[in-house]
Amino acid sequence: MESFLLDLLASPSWPFAASRGVIVIGVLMTIAGYSVLLERKASAWIQGRIGPNRTSHPLIAWIPLLGTFLMKGGFIQPAADGLKFLFKEDPLPGHVRKGYYVLAPIVALAPALATVVMLPFGRLPDGNVIALCPGADVGVLFMFAISSLGVYGIALAGWSANSKYPFLGAVRGSAQLISYELAMGLSVLTVFLATAAPGVDSPLSLVAIVDSQKGAWNVLGHPLAALIFLICVFAETNRHPFDMPESETDLVGGFHTEYGSFKFGLFFVAEYGHMVIGSSLFILMFLGGWHVLPWLPTVGTGVVATLAGLAAFFLKLAFFLFFFVWVRWTVPRFRYDQVMRIGWRVLLPAAIVNLLAYFAWYAYKG
Amino acid sequence: MAVKVVERRPLTLAERTYLPQILAGLRVTWENMVRPPVTLQYPDERPAIPQNYRGVPTLVRDPEGREKCVSCQLCEFVCPPKAIRITPGEIPADAPTAHVEKAPKEFEINMLRCIYCGLCQEVCPEEAIWLQTQYSMTGLSREAMVNDKARLYELGGTLPDAHRKWDVKKTEAERQAGGAH
Repeated sequence: MESFLLDLLASPSWPFAASRGVIVIGVLMTIAGYSVLLERKASAWIQGRIGPNRTSHPLIAWIPLLGTFLMKGGFIQPAADGLKFLFKEDPLPGHVRKGYYVLAPIVALAPALATVVMLPFGRLPDGNVIALCPGADVGVLFMFAISSLGVYGIALAGWSANSKYPFLGAVRGSAQLISYELAMGLSVLTVFLATAAPGVDSPLSLVAIVDSQKGAWNVLGHPLAALIFLICVFAETNRHPFDMPESETDLVGGFHTEYGSFKFGLFFVAEYGHMVIGSSLFILMFLGGWHVLPWLPTVGTGVVATLAGLAAFFLKLAFFLFFFVWVRWTVPRFRYDQVMRIGWRVLLPAAIVNLLAYFAWYAYKG
Repeated sequence: MAVKVVERRPLTLAERTYLPQILAGLRVTWENMVRPPVTLQYPDERPAIPQNYRGVPTLVRDPEGREKCVSCQLCEFVCPPKAIRITPGEIPADAPTAHVEKAPKEFEINMLRCIYCGLCQEVCPEEAIWLQTQYSMTGLSREAMVNDKARLYELGGTLPDAHRKWDVKKTEAERQAGGAH
């Protein structure tokens, strides 16, 4: 590890690598921030309201049309929200386990940022993949392994808060993650089976999975797997209707009840970061990644193709972030026992049956 | 009372998956989303206030700009929270309205006490006090929330008067005085 870091520092390309990392993490954080805005705006629209439309800055308000547009669209709001979290008093309650209490938000956010390393966004004109760590053969495994670590942040927060409701939230969150991780893993196995055609080196790499969807997207060939995976993504990101750990009606605020100011902000960003990661995984594995349409992988050539791919990817991502919000303001929260029943008695058997069916199909096909 | 047992239909497979219901719910929220918002952006947009609204109580003048209040103090007596305070005064004998005899020297309504019940308007024999359409009263101090006479007339303005009670009385008195001669 040390020699790797030293090599990295010595190599002439490390500023490039570092700046690339900063850019990708910046993009992720920006998307997370603006999905908070999307959440506020979309919930307002669904409820017949307008949503944030007042926040502005004199320098921005001064721009003739754009300034008004930015203000009415609430585009300055995420910055204001972030600054508010930053400048609020950050009290440390007397009854918490202090070290873990401080550690928990960091543990919640770090996996979300770490998984971006493996996330491919598109393809450059020279055939290389736009990602921080493009060649990784085990991309999917890494993403599953690391993104599940996010629940440690929740568990740690609930436990260290030393208070009953956060603790209940943490227990629920952990149980839910374990229940849905199984169905999630089993459902994507069929995708790997489909990808592992002869001639594909690394069927576990996200790039190979995307490349295998040049024709039909996996969502067409594996609809049940896609559905199970989508439901599990909702559960894993603790979004409605599965937001058991937060569950503000019965658990006050759930695992982050005792948190305030920027620590709460970190949990908030982590939740949206996980949403971005989960949606990206779904897009890469089932919706053809940066392919524009089924049976229409690219439009144009060279730079145009790259931009079209990036646009396709980010449009799909934007739709999924909107879909998360849309579902949240549509479906009421499941009861805890319902969550467990859906996970163990519906999704897991369905995923197993689905997997066996595809085993049989591929065995029959040879 | 006979109990009627309603047979519960078992849920179909589609219903037990929740998915059709969730899709229907998504359609409902989508239809809500594309509908224009119902928000009234309050300080910029104001609600339409009906003319019979029971807002801030005010004193009104008659169409000729004369003071209607005769300081009978009925409103002061009826006011449940005791928000009204009237200091009665005489009308000078050489004034054209001398036959009315009395007018308030000072008239104060404490808007921190007022409960907008409208009893003052109901009790007033002269229709001099009206709860009009102003619904928002603010002030920076307790003193600023007490409306004095000048402020009450400024808020009230002039309202049409169908009865012209005092004109009728005056002409009647003059007619009778003329008939006696």
